[in-house]
Amino acid sequence: MHLLEPRAEPSRTLQWAAPPLAILLMLLAGSVLFLLLGRDPLEAFRVFFIQPLESGYGWSELLLKAGPLILIAEGLAIGFRARIYNIGAEGQLIFGAVCAGGVAIYAQGHEGSWTLPLMVLAGGLGGMFWGAIPALLKTRFNAEETLTTLMLTYVANFLLSWLVHIPWRDPQGMNFPQSVMFSDAELFTPLFEGSRVNTSIFMAVVAVLVFWLLVKRSFLAFRLEVGGQAPTAARYAGFSAQATVWVSLCVSGLTAGLAGVGEVAGPIGQLNLNLSPGYGYAAIIVAYLGRLHPLGIVLSGLLMALLYLGGEAAQMSLQLPAAITGLFQGMLLFFLLGADAFIENRFRFLRRAA
Amino acid sequence: MTLASTPDARLQLIGITKRYHALVANDQISLTVAPGEIHAVLGENGAGKSTLMKIIYGAVRADAGQMLWNGRQVEVASPEAARRLGIGMVFQHFSLFETLSVVENIALALEGPFNLAALAERVRSVSTQYGLPLDPGRLVHSLSVGERQRVEIVRCLLQNPQLLILDEPTSVLTPQAVQKLFETLRQLAREGVSILYISHKLHEIQSLCDRATVIRSGRVTGHAIPSQETPASLARMMIGRELPHTEMAPFTGTPHTVLQVDALSAASPDPFGTALDAVSLQVQSGEILGIAGISGNGQNELMAALSGEAPVASAAVKLEGRAIGHLDAGARRDLGLGFVPEERLGRGAVPAMSLSRNALLTAHRQGMVNYGLVSYTRAAEFARQVIARFGVKCGGEQALARSLSGGNLQKFIVGREIAQNPRLLLVSQPTWGVDVGAAAQLRQTLVDLSRQGVAILVVSEELEELFEICDRIAVLAGGRLSPPQPRAACNAEAIGLLMAGPQAA
Repeated sequence: MHLLEPRAEPSRTLQWAAPPLAILLMLLAGSVLFLLLGRDPLEAFRVFFIQPLESGYGWSELLLKAGPLILIAEGLAIGFRARIYNIGAEGQLIFGAVCAGGVAIYAQGHEGSWTLPLMVLAGGLGGMFWGAIPALLKTRFNAEETLTTLMLTYVANFLLSWLVHIPWRDPQGMNFPQSVMFSDAELFTPLFEGSRVNTSIFMAVVAVLVFWLLVKRSFLAFRLEVGGQAPTAARYAGFSAQATVWVSLCVSGLTAGLAGVGEVAGPIGQLNLNLSPGYGYAAIIVAYLGRLHPLGIVLSGLLMALLYLGGEAAQMSLQLPAAITGLFQGMLLFFLLGADAFIENRFRFLRRAA
Repeated sequence: MTLASTPDARLQLIGITKRYHALVANDQISLTVAPGEIHAVLGENGAGKSTLMKIIYGAVRADAGQMLWNGRQVEVASPEAARRLGIGMVFQHFSLFETLSVVENIALALEGPFNLAALAERVRSVSTQYGLPLDPGRLVHSLSVGERQRVEIVRCLLQNPQLLILDEPTSVLTPQAVQKLFETLRQLAREGVSILYISHKLHEIQSLCDRATVIRSGRVTGHAIPSQETPASLARMMIGRELPHTEMAPFTGTPHTVLQVDALSAASPDPFGTALDAVSLQVQSGEILGIAGISGNGQNELMAALSGEAPVASAAVKLEGRAIGHLDAGARRDLGLGFVPEERLGRGAVPAMSLSRNALLTAHRQGMVNYGLVSYTRAAEFARQVIARFGVKCGGEQALARSLSGGNLQKFIVGREIAQNPRLLLVSQPTWGVDVGAAAQLRQTLVDLSRQGVAILVVSEELEELFEICDRIAVLAGGRLSPPQPRAACNAEAIGLLMAGPQAA
């Protein structure tokens, strides 16, 4: 009956070979796509993957985008290892941004050195709160977190939309749905003159180190992993399944909220409707492409950031639509999941009936 | 190797060989079964019996060797082809849909169109003919394990098999049900059906089988006429040495009550499970209390309530006088409880984790975690000690739990729990699927541990095992526990009747 049957011992080497393979397949499928669109694939790839990195500014933009992606993916990976599928990091990012933005808006006029740390705190706690709602729903009512986290993303979006349309709308903003611009004390400091990459990148750096230690050495991560791999064994050992849910969703909410602060107190500088280019969703791909490993996620985060940059470059140089970024992200995830399916399972022809 | 075919044999295997990578599961196995013969295939767990049966049944393809069926060479490509030839197999684990009726389950296994009413009639006639009473209209979830096995056997018989393969069929039956099954098998044999009977239970083979082929490490190590052998001589063929006997010295310390259970009632989380009905028991230090009974009579629920996997009313369970019913498994372990569950993979151990990490699973209390950080060197050291002390055969402490054989993983889990010096040890099905040699070692380990003053509660389906190691025995049937009796006051007959429960005939 089954076309795919599970392998007894999936190869570890192949598990790590899957991401490069998926990237290769994405490039191949991308070439076909460019050919169909009447573009020279080699030229398109140069624009997509090389051109963004030909300048120092390009590299700084790469870091700017990789920072939040890595930060969110590190948090998500902790939950994914425990098989808690938070796919609403986008909503937690937005809610974190809203909380941080609220601090910034109300602090205007009497801001000081305390403002930015308070924004970071508010954003982190806000993201964590937005992640805690699905945790409560799951532990209390057994509601699937994949649905509730996703649905709460829409709630967060509408909340943001209401805030920037009505109470927090910039009075001098020509009626655009956006808040006032934040003042310098409310923004992360740029790392280099003229670049947009700023000190918020250190949140990602710290996160990588913390999560690396957590995964490598902590008993907490071990308990979460047991809970994900073998829930019955976790109950046998007395590891609480509820704690797994709470920790996974709160931690991933926290990192997403911090990433939200990094955006509004960084390149965006205000609250508006486009404060995230889908980082919360893209980070899911980043986490899996990095094999849920804290260091692997750094590499995959950089690649995903390059896809964003390449997508922008392709829009400008090749007049391709903005959807090209999402298309490449989608192909990457598709090929990665496909490769994983064949690593975990073997193909079997339907020769005999069961 | 040339072997002349025996013309009147029902089934003849010549030089069957099957390799899985480096492991040779079957090495040049030859076997002959005559019509109407009950032929035992005797061997320890992992000896290659199951692989051989799967080859005969077409579920696995042999790398080399021939199979002759009624003197004609055949290639059995699939279980379907085997059934067409007239080979039926009753598996150790039943494949029945609980929400369907008996006749619906049987209809699913038959080829071609069927008429349920007519089929029900056939089921009824075949089942009465062979002394396997079955109501075709009953839903499978309401059947006892013995009845479910009857469904499987009747399913095979409807296809008029010439050869019936039974894989460890008695592991879930009461002594009385075993006798009934044997009568059925003898009747089938008289009618000319050949029977291949797989087991490691020596006395069963002696009472039932005409001839036996003994397999060890994938090779045939002996042929025997079981009635002319002793259990000791059969065991020697099977495990290559004498079967060790469990030594039971009396407990010399002062016993005190370690575990006290008072009127424990608990609903089952499983819709087809059995609720516990006012179970009361005590286990003293220095003794082993055995709980007999067929799985599904509240065993899982009792162990979950005692281990803390399913907390219950606080006062219902007391450990050395302290009410612990409300505590989870981790908190109870902190108080000195150890637990060996019946499922090793996925419950007692995480399959895809190393033994070292699986040591951490429950033994993290042994100084492996400081300030939330794990000392993996300590975990590895602990795992190495368990491996050495209990003779676990494995590729070292970094081997994945799922790479171990059932018996070796069981030794590791028992060892891990014992090495934490528990005051109370709960053990569920200590030797399920464990080979004879390892089982003897495990039993001796439990006895020795109890004599050091540990209170041990063992749940087992194997009556003989309980009689071998327990000081007192109680029976759990239908969620109720019979009063525990000293072993000397028990006999298998009486316990068998209690196991069958009040509804037994």
